[in-house]
Amino acid sequence: MSALLKSGSLKTRIIWAVVLILMCLAPLISTEFRLSLLAKFLALAILAIGLDLIWGYGGVLSLGHGVFFGLGGYAMAMYLKLQASGTSLPDFMGWSGLSGLPWFWEPFRSFPVALILGIALPALLAFVLGWFTFRNRITGVYFTILTQALVLITVTLFIGKQEWTGGTNGITGYNSIFGFTLHSAGTTIVLYYITLAILVLTYLLCRRIVNSRFGQVLEASRDGENRVRFLGYDPAGYKTLTFALSGALAGIAGMLFVLQVGIISPSMMGIVPSIEMVLWVALGGRGTLIGAVIGAVVLNAAKTGISEAYPEGWLFVLGGLFVTVVLFMPHGLVGVYRNVVRLLKRRGEVVHVPVSKEKPEVY
Amino acid sequence: MDMFVLQMFNGLSISSILLLIALGLAVTFGLMNVINMAHGELIMIGAYATYVTQNLFISYAPAAWFEVYFIVALPIAFGVAALIGWLLEVILIRHLYGRPLDSLLATWGVGMMLQQLARTIFGAPNVGVSSPSWLNGGLAISDGIVFPYKRIFIIALVAVVLLCMYLYIYRTSSGRRMRAVMQNRSMAGCLGISTRRVDGMTFAIGSGIAGIAGCALTLIGPIGPSLGTYYIVDAFMVVVLGGVGKLVGTVCGALGIGMFNTLFETYTSASIGKVLVFVCIVAFLQWKPRGLVAMRTRSLD
Repeated sequence: MSALLKSGSLKTRIIWAVVLILMCLAPLISTEFRLSLLAKFLALAILAIGLDLIWGYGGVLSLGHGVFFGLGGYAMAMYLKLQASGTSLPDFMGWSGLSGLPWFWEPFRSFPVALILGIALPALLAFVLGWFTFRNRITGVYFTILTQALVLITVTLFIGKQEWTGGTNGITGYNSIFGFTLHSAGTTIVLYYITLAILVLTYLLCRRIVNSRFGQVLEASRDGENRVRFLGYDPAGYKTLTFALSGALAGIAGMLFVLQVGIISPSMMGIVPSIEMVLWVALGGRGTLIGAVIGAVVLNAAKTGISEAYPEGWLFVLGGLFVTVVLFMPHGLVGVYRNVVRLLKRRGEVVHVPVSKEKPEVY
Repeated sequence: MDMFVLQMFNGLSISSILLLIALGLAVTFGLMNVINMAHGELIMIGAYATYVTQNLFISYAPAAWFEVYFIVALPIAFGVAALIGWLLEVILIRHLYGRPLDSLLATWGVGMMLQQLARTIFGAPNVGVSSPSWLNGGLAISDGIVFPYKRIFIIALVAVVLLCMYLYIYRTSSGRRMRAVMQNRSMAGCLGISTRRVDGMTFAIGSGIAGIAGCALTLIGPIGPSLGTYYIVDAFMVVVLGGVGKLVGTVCGALGIGMFNTLFETYTSASIGKVLVFVCIVAFLQWKPRGLVAMRTRSLD
């Protein structure tokens, strides 16, 4: 947190401090239900930061983050389910006629191993896919379509292998971790603080990456991949690593999400959720890490509100947002904010206005 | 042996449907570099157009005419989908040329709204379309092998559409203009071709073909608001595998994916089969990153 406070102008620093203090005080002023919702949004914001890293800075649009999110979620859910089942077999395996625990479920008995696998599996999958595609210079639209196919087959696989994954229902029926009930007031507050801390750490880490030499090469290969290659860099390596990191962050988000919601199913990693994740980043403003966080929280809050009031309307709103953001707000909410600030300054006849760093169009 | 022949026939029939869907995508993607995610919804529109035509025939036409409603529904589905596609191009797509990823997101939003619209108009549950009686039954090749007429009809339909496309693209002057724009937009514009009009026209044709695909899908099963989503990703894989810009690539891509999918599914399970097909596609792209048949170019990127 001190690193956050050290950066930028005095005004930014003050804003950061106020926001952080408000976030820390949230448990005091909000109800348990609202707090758990907020914690869920913050968990999703971790994923959004990762997605922004590969899309906003790497110029690679992934529609497959639902898979990485799901892998993390399933890893955590498998651990919780095994704890809940004790020595007996998880109930859905019994219904599907399995007599013994499949071998790959065994590692998930231990919490640290489940934790590591929940981060490593999505990262590895992302790394492998990135390795095979970026190395062959399959980028842009082709890569996007491949990631979408990845989502499709993963969902088919998870639904098809019902005896291993719980099928369409997913993994449900667990409500405690280390003996604490997931939905009790105390656990909710602890989970909220854990999520908030991980989010802040993720943000700091990613901002460090973007400002480093690594991030600069990444951004350069987004804007002119061939030139970067001619300068002797290997853009594929940078993109692959970023994609793997992005997958790992999605896995972490999935694990936190399961702790807060208490269920994971294939419908949470499908094509529609995956593309919704992209909209979080697009609405907030891609290429600005804070935009990803804002987008994720705002859009999910809106989704909760609209779905409660008018369930049919959500798809119209979502679809309309896609069109509006792409056509009129290419830099998202952050871009709108910057434009407004610039406009106000110009109107006040400030002598010299430093033009904010414009991002070129990402194709 | 019987089993194998039947599987091959099934594979061919799946390939032909994939081809019909991918054809429209290949045209818009190749010509304008636009990813149209609403293509699946244009398929759905074609299917619902068929459904509405059927209901109109049942309500207003003499009972004897019902047998031919499907033939009438084909041009109607084409027309409705083409009109909506053209409107989509005029209102939205033409602001997104040269930005494939943005066009992907925006058209996906449009697709979502169209889906919800269909859900509001026709209701969320699937509706059934009864096919004319002359398409029921099948052609018995031998004791164990029966080819359903419906599937034969679809294969024939796809062949006809493909032939029409070929004739249009390679034998008419407006098709020549289309190819000219595809190969070098600015040069074609310099020589007096209205690229705007060609774009609109091409998009309408691609959408119309989606409508025909929707019409054909009513023969296979019930139709619902999310009909198109089932096929859209597979169809895009066909385009990626086949390479952009040539009809023959799309045909090969569709045949390859359809056949391998059926084969793998026969010898493993449906879910494993899909995984194998995906792995094969990624492996194939290692060898030919631009797809089976790609336009030769010397430009960078």
